[in-house]
Amino acid sequence: MLEVVGITQIFGGVTALEDVSFSIRKGDITGVIGPNGAGKTTLFNIITGIYTQTSGKVLFEEKDVSGLPPERLARLSMVRTFQNIELFGGMTVHENVMVGMHTKSSSSLFSCALKMPWSIFEERRIREASMKWLEFTGITELADVTAANLPFGKGRLLEIARALAVEPRIILMDEPAAGLNSQETLALGQLIKRIRDLGITVLLVEHDMELVMDICDRIVVLNLGRKLAEGTPREIQDNPDVISAYLGDDD
Amino acid sequence: MSLSLLSRGEMQFDQLLQYTLSGLSTGAIYALIGIGFSIIYNATGIINFAQGEFVMLGGLFTLTCLDLLKLPIWAAVPCAVVASTVAGLLFERLAIRPLKAPTPINLVIITIGGSILIRGLAMLAWGKDTHSIPSFSGDDPIAIGGATILPQHLWILAITVIIIIINKYYFYYTISGKAMRACAYNRRAAGLVGIDVRRMVLFSFLISSAMGAMAGIIVAPLTMTAYDVGVMLGLKGFCAAIIGGMSSGMATVVGGLLLGILESLGAGLISSGYKDAIAFIILLLILFIRPQGLFGKADSERV
Repeated sequence: MLEVVGITQIFGGVTALEDVSFSIRKGDITGVIGPNGAGKTTLFNIITGIYTQTSGKVLFEEKDVSGLPPERLARLSMVRTFQNIELFGGMTVHENVMVGMHTKSSSSLFSCALKMPWSIFEERRIREASMKWLEFTGITELADVTAANLPFGKGRLLEIARALAVEPRIILMDEPAAGLNSQETLALGQLIKRIRDLGITVLLVEHDMELVMDICDRIVVLNLGRKLAEGTPREIQDNPDVISAYLGDDD
Repeated sequence: MSLSLLSRGEMQFDQLLQYTLSGLSTGAIYALIGIGFSIIYNATGIINFAQGEFVMLGGLFTLTCLDLLKLPIWAAVPCAVVASTVAGLLFERLAIRPLKAPTPINLVIITIGGSILIRGLAMLAWGKDTHSIPSFSGDDPIAIGGATILPQHLWILAITVIIIIINKYYFYYTISGKAMRACAYNRRAAGLVGIDVRRMVLFSFLISSAMGAMAGIIVAPLTMTAYDVGVMLGLKGFCAAIIGGMSSGMATVVGGLLLGILESLGAGLISSGYKDAIAFIILLLILFIRPQGLFGKADSERV
């Protein structure tokens, strides 16, 4: 589904990532974990087209998508969410999700101008279709609230709802549990599993080990810019290299 | 004694009415130009100082359509709007888009340079003369109370209202408009949900050059037009946008109307020599005292 091949990223003299390769199977929840500074966020930014890597390739459904900007990736059905949620602050919750469906709309500016009545019809269709995602994430009652006024946890749900409205085949989440309380984190875990059950592949970077171990089908461990291990949660928990990377060596 | 006071009062009222009415129609023009500034600013962060040139192009292209192509006025106006819009799109493609990682100061200077270039080309094409365009429907004054206005004033007000309604409709009730607002709020997130931000920038130039051209066309029968009218009209429109806090909604419309009325009252009651000074004093005061605009909260909604 998604394949990362020999990614190396050098910032000035610092090697942030060195020859990282792994692949993600369709329909899995894959977690990327690692101590601070392991290169997780850098890797994420490369996959999602925010940085361009020094060398290596990103293959999405066997197509080389290295260096494509985020809006092209979204059109190819790859979306992401941010650790610091990025919303359209002055628009309502409902409008935020509607904008997510923008790529699926055929209403260009010109057709808007030429076929006003038709664009009303399309707007109504999108308005209704987007309700589905508000329901899915459980924020229906907040539909008319201005996004900037949402509490953090709800903002995160909205960001996920908006990403789902793009109808992605893969969704990448950057620390989705950051800033959430334990109850919200639990609900988030359930939500991510339900997203997988829709047939959407999930890749997440996360610090909350409990969440990662609970929901992930596979885990990739990064340390100091290299891939340290890859496997099921059980395999990772028992891997001596991983334990020493997290807890430090005895010698 | 009391009678003469009354009649003087009445005369003053008529005068005020007259100044207010003519101020409203100039204000409507400023509002249209100001909204053009705001739309581009919100989509891109650029203050497009070439905005006034599209106002000028609107008027002069209409002239060409009427005189050279012998089109009737109802056909000349849309043709001129299309021609000016094409100029706006070319400007975005050739001057704005090629910049890689531009800073705000680069962009401001580029728009100023672009404006000088467009003005120069217009001077070559249409000469330095001032040209007049016939009114849309005659010049018979209409009496309102003790004041009179021209049919063209009504055209200006009506067309402005229609444009503002279409604008509002586009931004709030179409997906494309919502996407453009989304770019204004958060460009990064807009890219992430698949909005092509660069295309939205192009759209913003399209909309504001069309609106600017329309403003230039409807005002030309009253004020005449020439290759250099864009400078002053552009600055007044900028002033309206600043009063409105760079909002592309009602705040800028009110800003434009307010500016138009104050200018007209100032010119009438104090001296017409101070007409432009009034606009710029207001501009400076707003920038010093309320840079967020007259109606804005410190962090106002900007679309």
